[in-house]
Amino acid sequence: MSIWKREMPLHIMLIPAVLLVFLFHYIPMLGNVIAFQNFVPVKGFFGSKWVGFDNFRYLILLPDTMQVLFNTLYIALMKIVAGLIVPIVIALLLNEVRMEFVKRGIQTLIYLPHFLSWIILGGILIDMLSPSTGIANLFLQWLGFKPIFFLGDNSWFPITLVISNEWKEFGFSTIVYLAALSGINPLLYEAAIVDGAGRWKQTLHITVPSILPIIVLMGTLSMGQILNAGFEQVFNLYSPQVYQSGDILDTFVYRLGVVDAQYSVATAVGLFKSLVSFLFVSLSYFLAYRFAGYRIF
Amino acid sequence: MVTKPSAGKIAFDIANYALLISLSVLCILPLVHVLAMSLSSSAAVTAGFVKFWPVEFTTSSYAFVLQKKEFLTSLAVSVQRVVLGTAVGMSLIIVTAYPLSKEVRAFRWRTVYVWYFVITMLVSSGLIPWYITIKNVGLIDTIWALVLPGAVNVFNVVLLLNFYRGLPKELEEAAFIDGAGHWRTLRSVYVPLSTPSLATITLFTIVGHWNAWFDGLILMNSPEHYPLQSYLRTVVIDMDSLLRATQDLSSLAEVSDRTSKAAQIFLGTLPILLVYPFLQKYFVKGMTLGSVKE
Repeated sequence: MSIWKREMPLHIMLIPAVLLVFLFHYIPMLGNVIAFQNFVPVKGFFGSKWVGFDNFRYLILLPDTMQVLFNTLYIALMKIVAGLIVPIVIALLLNEVRMEFVKRGIQTLIYLPHFLSWIILGGILIDMLSPSTGIANLFLQWLGFKPIFFLGDNSWFPITLVISNEWKEFGFSTIVYLAALSGINPLLYEAAIVDGAGRWKQTLHITVPSILPIIVLMGTLSMGQILNAGFEQVFNLYSPQVYQSGDILDTFVYRLGVVDAQYSVATAVGLFKSLVSFLFVSLSYFLAYRFAGYRIF
Repeated sequence: MVTKPSAGKIAFDIANYALLISLSVLCILPLVHVLAMSLSSSAAVTAGFVKFWPVEFTTSSYAFVLQKKEFLTSLAVSVQRVVLGTAVGMSLIIVTAYPLSKEVRAFRWRTVYVWYFVITMLVSSGLIPWYITIKNVGLIDTIWALVLPGAVNVFNVVLLLNFYRGLPKELEEAAFIDGAGHWRTLRSVYVPLSTPSLATITLFTIVGHWNAWFDGLILMNSPEHYPLQSYLRTVVIDMDSLLRATQDLSSLAEVSDRTSKAAQIFLGTLPILLVYPFLQKYFVKGMTLGSVKE
């Protein structure tokens, strides 16, 4: 049987996916050229006028742009840091729980929020955090504090974003570390006990060094997320009062493109974001491969 | 060697259990609060009496929501989306991962194809050109707009191809010796053996389709084509942002709306809560099998 004939079915299997990816991914990628045009929908890609870097120049002069870039980096960085530390700490604490059913019960509950949409959580949070009727503020008042306008106050909004995001995701992120913890050779602990190490010393000298490679891996991979401050969450929680502190690149693209119909300008922002993201994601994959031996496929 | 636990160890254990248990309770408390509100009278909710247990128990908000036409049509769209999206998505993932799991020796074009797909994970395509493409294809306002553009989930393909690779080579060789071709081998050897991985990916696909709302919001021109989550957004988020803009003045008419919002939020979550026990069982194993490699 010729090689060609043997490989033919494999090519056939790939046809549908190749076509769909071409249609819905590569064509829009090429469609990014409208960032360099003054795109008018009725004239299409070929009829619209080319304007070079005018859209980018316009963006740099726009006062919002720098604020949006700053917000994106600020929120994304805080989320990355919290997203690394909290799950590691929780996984280490959970590892100390010896009662199997308690451990499983805790895990079942902390994984749950990950599976709820930001629409559902947005609806819940908006109600709970409302300054006049929300249960969170009723509680604060009961403790003797003034009510806080979590979603309408520029100094509170980014913090609310980071905490609520961590609340949603910390349980799910601990899976990776728990898997790493369960892979540690128990002989190491036995040897340490013979040497007279207590739980704390065991944690310090065996547990932490054993999961360090995974921590490094997750840390490097999260670098690729530097411009992703979380569209779904911000879009469902923000309002005009907090644009100043909460508008991020993705919501900016939405407002420019979908709300204001400035197609070319919005695409210019998107193109900038995807170029920078591409560099960071590539870099983080490269570093993850170099330092942690991680490969995507 | 069993030693008597020290006082410090006991103190740590108590603190640890207390912390972890309260954290996990905190994860579901908001949902319990919503459920309690949805089952309370609107007067009790307005007065702020409802915490985590229904006050003046009533199911009237559910009765109200379940006869709302918009709610029911969007529910139907969501069910249709989940069924179609999962069927199309899973078939594509299964046949796409198979060729890509081959060695370069067995499939010379493999590397080219792999890069073709992986690039889409690295470079995003841009919201506006994406919308224009879907519009030009003529999918706006059809259910296929919610199914086809995201049907090839490259992340899931990678997860599954790594699982395929972990299967013993001998099984495939035996199938070939018995005269089976690629299609037959995939159907009779690979698919049955990858049930844990397929179950995980199926459940993630179902949850993904159920929870998706953004594509519905911008690809559907008329609200009667909205899937449930997009419709919920117009009910529980948009109205509130108007209200929040006017400094959160709670008019009586709006607040009595809170119980029906709560009921809709809870109904939107219900399917997730129903599949969650199954999901729970599979995903920890399926995830780690796919992602952690030696």
